[in-house]
Amino acid sequence: MTGAEIAITVAVIAVGTVLTRFLSFWIFPGDRKAPPFVEYLGKALPPAVFAMLVVYCLKNVNILQGSHGIPELIAIIIVVLLHLKWRQMLLSIGAGTVCYMLLVQFVFV
Amino acid sequence: MDVKIKSLKAAFPHTIPIMAGFLFLGMTYGILMKVSGFPIWLSVLISIVVFAGSMQFVAVDILLGAFNPVQAFLMTLMINARHIFYGISMLSKYNNTGKFKPYLIFGMCDESFSINCSVEVPQGVDKNWFMFFVTLLDQIYWVLGTAVGAIFGSFVKFNTEGLDFVMTAMFVVIFLEQLLKEKEHTISLVGLGLSVFALAVFGADSFIIPAMLAILAMLTLLRGHLIKKGVV
Repeated sequence: MTGAEIAITVAVIAVGTVLTRFLSFWIFPGDRKAPPFVEYLGKALPPAVFAMLVVYCLKNVNILQGSHGIPELIAIIIVVLLHLKWRQMLLSIGAGTVCYMLLVQFVFV
Repeated sequence: MDVKIKSLKAAFPHTIPIMAGFLFLGMTYGILMKVSGFPIWLSVLISIVVFAGSMQFVAVDILLGAFNPVQAFLMTLMINARHIFYGISMLSKYNNTGKFKPYLIFGMCDESFSINCSVEVPQGVDKNWFMFFVTLLDQIYWVLGTAVGAIFGSFVKFNTEGLDFVMTAMFVVIFLEQLLKEKEHTISLVGLGLSVFALAVFGADSFIIPAMLAILAMLTLLRGHLIKKGVV
Protein backbone atom coordinates (compact mmCIF):
# COMPACT_ATOMS: atom_id res chain seq x y z
CA MET A 1 0.00 0.00 0.00
CA THR A 2 1.06 3.58 -0.61
CA GLY A 3 1.11 6.16 2.18
CA ALA A 4 -2.29 7.51 1.10
CA GLU A 5 -3.80 4.03 0.98
CA ILE A 6 -2.50 3.30 4.48
CA ALA A 7 -3.98 6.60 5.70
CA ILE A 8 -7.38 5.77 4.16
CA THR A 9 -7.36 2.24 5.59
CA VAL A 10 -6.48 3.48 9.09
CA ALA A 11 -9.19 6.16 8.85
CA VAL A 12 -11.77 3.61 7.72
CA ILE A 13 -10.88 1.30 10.63
CA ALA A 14 -11.00 4.19 13.12
CA VAL A 15 -14.37 5.41 11.82
CA GLY A 16 -15.79 1.87 11.79
CA THR A 17 -14.69 1.32 15.39
CA VAL A 18 -16.12 4.65 16.53
CA LEU A 19 -19.39 3.78 14.76
CA THR A 20 -19.80 0.52 16.68
CA ARG A 21 -19.15 2.31 19.96
CA PHE A 22 -21.48 5.25 19.40
CA LEU A 23 -24.23 3.47 17.44
CA SER A 24 -26.35 2.42 20.41
CA PHE A 25 -26.14 5.90 21.93
CA TRP A 26 -27.18 7.62 18.69
CA ILE A 27 -30.08 5.28 17.99
CA PHE A 28 -31.33 5.20 21.54
CA PRO A 29 -30.96 8.60 23.14
CA GLY A 30 -32.47 8.79 26.60
CA ASP A 31 -33.38 5.42 27.96
CA ARG A 32 -35.30 4.09 24.97
CA LYS A 33 -34.90 0.36 24.62
CA ALA A 34 -33.02 -1.15 21.67
CA PRO A 35 -34.98 -3.22 19.15
CA PRO A 36 -34.75 -6.90 20.11
CA PHE A 37 -32.92 -7.84 16.91
CA VAL A 38 -30.11 -5.33 17.52
CA GLU A 39 -29.81 -6.51 21.09
CA TYR A 40 -29.72 -10.10 19.85
CA LEU A 41 -26.90 -9.36 17.37
CA GLY A 42 -24.89 -7.59 20.04
CA LYS A 43 -24.97 -10.77 22.11
CA ALA A 44 -24.84 -13.46 19.42
CA LEU A 45 -22.22 -12.00 17.07
CA PRO A 46 -19.17 -11.85 19.38
CA PRO A 47 -18.81 -15.62 19.98
CA ALA A 48 -19.19 -16.33 16.26
CA VAL A 49 -16.75 -13.56 15.33
CA PHE A 50 -14.00 -14.81 17.67
CA ALA A 51 -14.34 -18.24 16.07
CA MET A 52 -14.05 -16.56 12.67
CA LEU A 53 -10.92 -14.69 13.79
CA VAL A 54 -9.18 -17.95 14.74
CA VAL A 55 -9.83 -19.17 11.19
CA TYR A 56 -8.72 -15.79 9.82
CA CYS A 57 -5.37 -16.08 11.61
CA LEU A 58 -4.79 -19.51 10.10
CA LYS A 59 -6.02 -18.66 6.60
CA ASN A 60 -2.60 -18.87 4.98
CA VAL A 61 -1.68 -22.23 6.50
CA ASN A 62 -1.30 -24.81 3.74
CA ILE A 63 -1.87 -28.36 4.92
CA LEU A 64 -0.71 -29.84 1.62
CA GLN A 65 2.60 -28.01 1.25
CA GLY A 66 5.61 -26.73 3.18
CA SER A 67 5.40 -27.56 6.87
CA HIS A 68 1.78 -28.78 6.46
CA GLY A 69 0.58 -26.56 9.31
CA ILE A 70 2.37 -28.73 11.85
CA PRO A 71 4.09 -25.83 13.72
CA GLU A 72 0.72 -24.05 13.97
CA LEU A 73 -0.94 -27.21 15.25
CA ILE A 74 1.77 -27.87 17.87
CA ALA A 75 1.77 -24.27 19.07
CA ILE A 76 -2.04 -24.16 19.32
CA ILE A 77 -2.06 -27.42 21.31
CA ILE A 78 0.50 -25.89 23.68
CA VAL A 79 -1.56 -22.70 24.03
CA VAL A 80 -4.70 -24.72 24.80
CA LEU A 81 -3.00 -27.06 27.30
CA LEU A 82 -1.29 -24.19 29.12
CA HIS A 83 -4.52 -22.27 29.25
CA LEU A 84 -6.53 -25.22 30.53
CA LYS A 85 -3.92 -25.78 33.23
CA TRP A 86 -3.26 -22.24 34.45
CA ARG A 87 -5.98 -20.01 32.91
CA GLN A 88 -3.39 -17.19 32.66
CA MET A 89 -4.02 -15.42 29.39
CA LEU A 90 -0.62 -13.74 29.06
CA LEU A 91 1.27 -16.93 29.91
CA SER A 92 -0.65 -18.95 27.33
CA ILE A 93 -0.18 -16.31 24.62
CA GLY A 94 3.49 -15.60 25.43
CA ALA A 95 4.62 -19.22 25.74
CA GLY A 96 2.65 -20.29 22.65
CA THR A 97 4.21 -17.52 20.56
CA VAL A 98 7.78 -18.23 21.72
CA CYS A 99 7.22 -21.92 21.02
CA TYR A 100 5.95 -21.14 17.51
CA MET A 101 8.91 -18.85 16.81
CA LEU A 102 11.35 -21.59 17.87
CA LEU A 103 9.53 -24.12 15.71
CA VAL A 104 9.56 -22.05 12.51
CA GLN A 105 13.11 -20.77 13.04
CA PHE A 106 14.87 -23.94 14.10
CA VAL A 107 12.75 -27.02 13.46
CA PHE A 108 10.67 -26.41 10.33
CA VAL A 109 13.15 -24.23 8.46
CA MET B 1 -9.47 16.86 48.55
CA ASP B 2 -9.70 17.80 44.91
CA VAL B 3 -12.49 15.87 43.20
CA LYS B 4 -10.20 14.80 40.35
CA ILE B 5 -7.45 13.41 42.55
CA LYS B 6 -9.97 11.65 44.77
CA SER B 7 -11.58 9.99 41.74
CA LEU B 8 -8.21 9.07 40.26
CA LYS B 9 -7.19 7.45 43.56
CA ALA B 10 -10.42 5.49 43.66
CA ALA B 11 -10.20 4.43 40.01
CA PHE B 12 -6.55 3.40 39.83
CA PRO B 13 -6.69 0.18 41.94
CA HIS B 14 -9.47 -1.16 39.72
CA THR B 15 -7.27 -0.73 36.65
CA ILE B 16 -4.16 -2.50 38.03
CA PRO B 17 -5.15 -5.96 36.74
CA ILE B 18 -5.65 -4.42 33.31
CA MET B 19 -2.30 -2.61 33.37
CA ALA B 20 -0.23 -5.78 32.99
CA GLY B 21 -2.37 -7.13 30.17
CA PHE B 22 -2.52 -3.88 28.22
CA LEU B 23 1.19 -3.15 28.60
CA PHE B 24 2.08 -6.67 27.46
CA LEU B 25 -0.32 -6.84 24.52
CA GLY B 26 0.33 -3.19 23.61
CA MET B 27 4.06 -3.87 23.54
CA THR B 28 3.57 -6.95 21.40
CA TYR B 29 1.43 -4.92 19.05
CA GLY B 30 4.08 -2.19 18.87
CA ILE B 31 6.86 -4.71 18.14
CA LEU B 32 4.73 -6.48 15.53
CA MET B 33 3.94 -3.19 13.77
CA LYS B 34 7.59 -2.13 13.82
CA VAL B 35 8.98 -5.39 12.48
CA SER B 36 6.21 -5.33 9.84
CA GLY B 37 7.80 -2.11 8.60
CA PHE B 38 5.46 0.56 10.02
CA PRO B 39 6.83 3.68 11.74
CA ILE B 40 6.57 4.12 15.51
CA TRP B 41 4.28 7.14 15.23
CA LEU B 42 1.74 5.21 13.14
CA SER B 43 1.39 2.47 15.77
CA VAL B 44 0.96 5.06 18.51
CA LEU B 45 -1.54 7.02 16.43
CA ILE B 46 -3.59 3.87 15.75
CA SER B 47 -3.59 2.99 19.45
CA ILE B 48 -4.91 6.48 20.19
CA VAL B 49 -7.60 6.76 17.51
CA VAL B 50 -8.71 3.11 17.23
CA PHE B 51 -7.99 1.75 20.75
CA ALA B 52 -9.37 -1.73 20.08
CA GLY B 53 -6.92 -4.58 20.68
CA SER B 54 -8.35 -7.37 18.55
CA MET B 55 -9.03 -5.02 15.68
CA GLN B 56 -5.55 -3.50 15.77
CA PHE B 57 -3.89 -6.90 15.48
CA VAL B 58 -6.14 -7.74 12.54
CA ALA B 59 -5.31 -4.29 11.12
CA VAL B 60 -1.60 -5.18 10.94
CA ASP B 61 -2.57 -7.98 8.58
CA ILE B 62 -4.95 -5.72 6.65
CA LEU B 63 -2.28 -3.01 6.25
CA LEU B 64 0.19 -5.58 4.92
CA GLY B 65 -2.32 -6.80 2.32
CA ALA B 66 -3.77 -5.25 -0.80
CA PHE B 67 -5.73 -1.96 -0.53
CA ASN B 68 -9.36 -2.88 0.11
CA PRO B 69 -11.12 -0.24 2.26
CA VAL B 70 -14.61 -1.74 1.88
CA GLN B 71 -13.50 -5.10 3.25
CA ALA B 72 -11.50 -3.36 5.98
CA PHE B 73 -14.62 -1.40 6.97
CA LEU B 74 -16.90 -4.44 7.05
CA MET B 75 -14.37 -6.43 9.07
CA THR B 76 -14.11 -3.57 11.54
CA LEU B 77 -17.88 -3.54 12.01
CA MET B 78 -18.05 -7.31 12.57
CA ILE B 79 -15.05 -7.57 14.88
CA ASN B 80 -16.24 -4.62 16.95
CA ALA B 81 -19.93 -5.56 16.91
CA ARG B 82 -19.69 -6.43 20.60
CA HIS B 83 -19.35 -2.70 21.29
CA ILE B 84 -23.00 -2.37 20.24
CA PHE B 85 -23.89 -4.73 23.06
CA TYR B 86 -21.68 -2.83 25.51
CA GLY B 87 -23.34 0.39 24.37
CA ILE B 88 -26.81 -1.01 24.99
CA SER B 89 -25.76 -2.11 28.49
CA MET B 90 -24.22 1.27 29.25
CA LEU B 91 -27.03 3.47 27.87
CA SER B 92 -28.38 4.56 31.23
CA LYS B 93 -24.94 4.78 32.89
CA TYR B 94 -23.28 6.93 30.23
CA ASN B 95 -26.24 8.95 29.02
CA ASN B 96 -26.20 11.59 31.76
CA THR B 97 -22.47 12.11 32.04
CA GLY B 98 -22.38 15.50 30.30
CA LYS B 99 -18.98 16.54 29.02
CA PHE B 100 -17.52 13.09 29.80
CA LYS B 101 -19.94 11.23 27.54
CA PRO B 102 -18.04 11.40 24.21
CA TYR B 103 -14.78 10.12 25.69
CA LEU B 104 -16.46 7.47 27.86
CA ILE B 105 -18.11 6.05 24.74
CA PHE B 106 -15.02 6.47 22.55
CA GLY B 107 -12.85 4.63 25.09
CA MET B 108 -15.34 1.83 25.75
CA CYS B 109 -13.38 -1.43 25.44
CA ASP B 110 -13.92 -4.87 26.95
CA GLU B 111 -11.97 -3.90 30.04
CA SER B 112 -13.28 -0.40 30.75
CA PHE B 113 -16.76 -1.79 30.11
CA SER B 114 -16.37 -4.58 32.63
CA ILE B 115 -15.20 -2.18 35.35
CA ASN B 116 -17.61 0.66 34.70
CA CYS B 117 -20.48 -1.79 34.31
CA SER B 118 -19.94 -3.66 37.56
CA VAL B 119 -18.11 -1.45 40.05
CA GLU B 120 -19.96 0.42 42.75
CA VAL B 121 -18.37 3.85 42.86
CA PRO B 122 -17.34 4.50 46.48
CA GLN B 123 -19.27 7.06 48.53
CA GLY B 124 -18.06 10.60 48.13
CA VAL B 125 -16.33 9.93 44.80
CA ASP B 126 -17.65 11.64 41.69
CA LYS B 127 -19.08 8.91 39.43
CA ASN B 128 -18.30 10.71 36.17
CA TRP B 129 -14.68 11.46 37.03
CA PHE B 130 -14.27 7.89 38.30
CA MET B 131 -15.47 6.33 35.04
CA PHE B 132 -13.45 8.86 33.06
CA PHE B 133 -10.23 7.88 34.85
CA VAL B 134 -10.91 4.15 34.48
CA THR B 135 -11.24 4.67 30.72
CA LEU B 136 -8.30 7.08 30.46
CA LEU B 137 -5.92 4.91 32.51
CA ASP B 138 -6.80 1.88 30.37
CA GLN B 139 -6.01 3.81 27.22
CA ILE B 140 -2.77 5.22 28.69
CA TYR B 141 -1.55 1.67 29.45
CA TRP B 142 -2.38 0.61 25.90
CA VAL B 143 -0.74 3.58 24.18
CA LEU B 144 2.28 3.41 26.47
CA GLY B 145 2.70 -0.31 25.79
CA THR B 146 2.46 0.34 22.06
CA ALA B 147 5.09 3.08 22.15
CA VAL B 148 7.52 1.03 24.25
CA GLY B 149 7.00 -1.98 21.97
CA ALA B 150 7.47 0.03 18.79
CA ILE B 151 10.66 1.64 20.10
CA PHE B 152 11.94 -1.73 21.32
CA GLY B 153 11.07 -3.15 17.90
CA SER B 154 13.51 -0.72 16.30
CA PHE B 155 16.39 -2.21 18.28
CA VAL B 156 15.65 -5.91 18.20
CA LYS B 157 18.40 -7.82 16.54
CA PHE B 158 17.03 -11.32 17.07
CA ASN B 159 15.01 -13.11 14.43
CA THR B 160 11.35 -12.15 14.82
CA GLU B 161 10.01 -14.68 12.32
CA GLY B 162 6.85 -16.22 13.72
CA LEU B 163 6.09 -13.33 16.08
CA ASP B 164 2.82 -12.74 14.23
CA PHE B 165 1.59 -15.96 15.83
CA VAL B 166 0.83 -13.80 18.88
CA MET B 167 -2.43 -12.82 17.18
CA THR B 168 -3.37 -16.47 16.59
CA ALA B 169 -2.52 -17.35 20.19
CA MET B 170 -4.58 -14.42 21.45
CA PHE B 171 -7.70 -15.38 19.52
CA VAL B 172 -7.28 -19.07 20.39
CA VAL B 173 -7.22 -18.11 24.08
CA ILE B 174 -10.24 -15.80 23.75
CA PHE B 175 -12.13 -18.51 21.85
CA LEU B 176 -11.17 -21.17 24.39
CA GLU B 177 -12.28 -18.95 27.30
CA GLN B 178 -15.56 -18.50 25.52
CA LEU B 179 -16.02 -22.26 25.02
CA LEU B 180 -15.28 -22.85 28.70
CA LYS B 181 -17.74 -20.21 29.83
CA GLU B 182 -20.71 -20.78 27.54
CA LYS B 183 -23.36 -23.34 28.44
CA GLU B 184 -24.07 -24.19 24.86
CA HIS B 185 -21.78 -24.02 21.83
CA THR B 186 -24.15 -23.47 18.89
CA ILE B 187 -22.99 -19.92 18.11
CA SER B 188 -19.27 -20.70 18.44
CA LEU B 189 -19.65 -23.72 16.19
CA VAL B 190 -21.67 -21.75 13.65
CA GLY B 191 -18.87 -19.18 13.50
CA LEU B 192 -16.16 -21.81 13.24
CA GLY B 193 -17.95 -24.07 10.75
CA LEU B 194 -19.07 -21.33 8.36
CA SER B 195 -15.64 -19.65 8.40
CA VAL B 196 -13.84 -22.91 7.58
CA PHE B 197 -16.42 -23.62 4.88
CA ALA B 198 -16.05 -20.13 3.36
CA LEU B 199 -12.25 -20.47 3.47
CA ALA B 200 -12.44 -23.80 1.63
CA VAL B 201 -14.78 -22.39 -1.02
CA PHE B 202 -13.44 -18.86 -1.57
CA GLY B 203 -9.77 -19.15 -0.57
CA ALA B 204 -7.62 -17.13 1.84
CA ASP B 205 -7.85 -13.78 0.03
CA SER B 206 -11.61 -13.47 -0.34
CA PHE B 207 -13.33 -15.67 2.24
CA ILE B 208 -13.89 -13.11 4.96
CA ILE B 209 -16.90 -11.26 3.50
CA PRO B 210 -18.76 -14.45 2.49
CA ALA B 211 -17.99 -15.85 5.96
CA MET B 212 -19.39 -12.76 7.67
CA LEU B 213 -22.54 -12.77 5.51
CA ALA B 214 -23.07 -16.48 6.13
CA ILE B 215 -22.66 -15.99 9.90
CA LEU B 216 -25.13 -13.09 9.91
CA ALA B 217 -27.65 -15.08 7.87
CA MET B 218 -27.32 -18.18 10.02
CA LEU B 219 -27.63 -16.23 13.29
CA THR B 220 -30.74 -14.53 11.92
CA LEU B 221 -32.24 -17.93 11.06
CA LEU B 222 -31.31 -19.42 14.44
CA ARG B 223 -32.59 -16.48 16.47
CA GLY B 224 -35.90 -18.01 17.56
CA HIS B 225 -34.23 -21.30 18.38
CA LEU B 226 -31.42 -19.72 20.42
CA ILE B 227 -33.78 -17.49 22.36
CA LYS B 228 -36.07 -20.43 23.12
CA LYS B 229 -33.11 -22.43 24.42
CA GLY B 230 -32.06 -19.47 26.54
CA VAL B 231 -28.63 -19.16 24.90
CA VAL B 232 -28.93 -15.41 24.32
